Amino acid sequence: MTKPKLAVWKFASCDGCQLSILDCEDELLAITDVVEIANFTEMTRKTSDGPYDISLVEGSVTTAEDAQRIVNIRKSSQAVIAIGACATAGGIQALRNYADIDDYIGAVYAHPEYISTLTTSKPISDFVKVDLELHGCPVNKEHLIEVIVSALAGRKPRIPTFSVCQECKMKGNTCVLVAGKSACLGPVTSAGCGALCPAIGRGCYGCFGPVENANTKSLSAQLTINGLEEGKRRRMFKTFNANTKEFEREFS
Amino acid sequence: MKDNNLPVSGTIDVHGIARVEGEGALHVHIDEGRLENVELEIFEPPRFFEAFLRGRGFEEPPDITARICGICPVAYQMSACLAIEDVCEVEVGDDIQALRRLLYCGEWIQSHALHVFLLHAPDFFGLEDAVDLAKIDKDAVNKGLFMKKVGNRLMEVVGGRAVHPVNVKIGGFYSAPTKKELELLLEDLKQALDYALWSVGWVAKFEFPDVETTYPLVSLVHENLYPIDCGTVASSDGLNMSPKEFLDTIVESHVARSSALHSKLYGQEVYLTGPMARFNLNYERLTPMAKQAAESCGIEPNCRNPFKTIIIRTIELVVVFEEAIRLIENYIQPTPPSIELVPKAGMGYGATEAPRGLILHRYELDGNGIIRQAQIVPPTSQNQAAIEEDLKKVVEGHIDLELEELTRYCETAIRNHDPCISCSAHFLEVDVNSK
Repeated sequence: MTKPKLAVWKFASCDGCQLSILDCEDELLAITDVVEIANFTEMTRKTSDGPYDISLVEGSVTTAEDAQRIVNIRKSSQAVIAIGACATAGGIQALRNYADIDDYIGAVYAHPEYISTLTTSKPISDFVKVDLELHGCPVNKEHLIEVIVSALAGRKPRIPTFSVCQECKMKGNTCVLVAGKSACLGPVTSAGCGALCPAIGRGCYGCFGPVENANTKSLSAQLTINGLEEGKRRRMFKTFNANTKEFEREFS
Repeated sequence: MKDNNLPVSGTIDVHGIARVEGEGALHVHIDEGRLENVELEIFEPPRFFEAFLRGRGFEEPPDITARICGICPVAYQMSACLAIEDVCEVEVGDDIQALRRLLYCGEWIQSHALHVFLLHAPDFFGLEDAVDLAKIDKDAVNKGLFMKKVGNRLMEVVGGRAVHPVNVKIGGFYSAPTKKELELLLEDLKQALDYALWSVGWVAKFEFPDVETTYPLVSLVHENLYPIDCGTVASSDGLNMSPKEFLDTIVESHVARSSALHSKLYGQEVYLTGPMARFNLNYERLTPMAKQAAESCGIEPNCRNPFKTIIIRTIELVVVFEEAIRLIENYIQPTPPSIELVPKAGMGYGATEAPRGLILHRYELDGNGIIRQAQIVPPTSQNQAAIEEDLKKVVEGHIDLELEELTRYCETAIRNHDPCISCSAHFLEVDVNSK
């Protein structure tokens, strides 16, 4: 029996989400028993041509070449799964979307004329149809395995669709927003991390992006009542998932 | 070896170097047995961290700069903390510094284990990846994966998460683990230390091409510790300076490709940071078992063969396992877990040792704690010229090989330095049009 082909593709990113695959130390060799790793540059020199059963895509689209590359990947893939904040929301590099790109290039590079880049950093779904988005900066590695396994089995993945706030309540943490008066994005952020930040006494900083129907307006009002100054409140939303409509409306 | 005597002409083009972090390409042009040109190209798209750090709050760099690299986020967090604390003219106490070093040990463990076993070792067997390596030596790969897992676990317990830890803040930590929580890791750390000692012998038996390098080596040094989380910047030709002096002179000119200051200090523009530099400049600071392992495996205390860096990485694995065990056994939970600090206007500098080399940050704050300027110099942008030097030596020394075999050698020569191309891309002058 031929094994299903799994490909991993990188766009503009830190490599942290694809590293999460290599971080599955107990499962890594078992995964390679049941799927063929058809493209995964960080892991192997081997490459094989499509079509691919599953393409995991990390990173955002920031160059004209990459805008074309993702179209080609889509054409040769049965399922395209965007993993991480860069692929699902443009990532931290999407802060250029709210700035003057020439100013950005000049600030970093001695020879701006060498740099070819789009003025925006956009998620994969702005360019091609995406079958599934797995959020997080970085993604949760158990969820990543669940996404691969469920795609192979042709079923829906069991990934939480509620907020960090609910995840936090289930863990029995003391509320950092109410009791600690900390700035916390837990009520408007997708679950998946395990409510890591409130568990160590800091407010959630929203790295898993907005939960569905996030009431960011109400949270912003509460943060202001808690004494969070305006500049800080705006910057909280304008970070790893800035380029989402829910977070964007709180700073633009 | 090729089977005729005609001189080789041809081009090696590896678009998308495998088993490195980030996107790089290699171009080698050979004309009738003569090396014409070698280029390590970085085509990772720019992400502009230094630009969007301007206008952010002084407390934000640990979270933001972690996102430069998924493999070495702690390196960015630690250098950022030191630099901002330097602006504010505060230093954390010994207990917090020890916990930082422990977290950093976790990062070195997972990064070195990943590199040695999954990325680099397959080269020495002529294999494509660690999955193939596991088919002929599953025990070795499993030992590597075990060490990697222990490193990740340590990062989770201290940092809250292995990729992009959440517990690091300017001034210390949000919350410090209890001694008991850390002691639960000791059994696995001791097992992993045994594996690390075994791995020194395992890699020392690999066959290494005979390549000697002469470029200066640059690393942090410290009076009694192997450099990880602190130190001054020293070089193999006798310099020793503060991170401020180093950043304000040498690296600045290097990044801008204006070689004047650099040339004046070094006589050449190329230098290397990373394991080989650390090992040579800090041989006497190796931890006891690491020193013993180095002595018994036969590596020279002044090793200049970059292919042997894989041995040095396993010796450094021994260092960080010994250090992690020592730090846990001597652990005093810092109370409170962070110091209070008030932002000041001014400039600050921070330097630490990422697994792949020296990483420097510089920030300028205004009086309200807002960042006016940021500069980040990661290891790979410093090492790029040295990697190209190595490639020249490798190609010139093996020019009679078939192109495919030569390509493998070149790729191995790049992987010797564990380049982190995602990191370097954001700061180098890159020509993304030329690919």
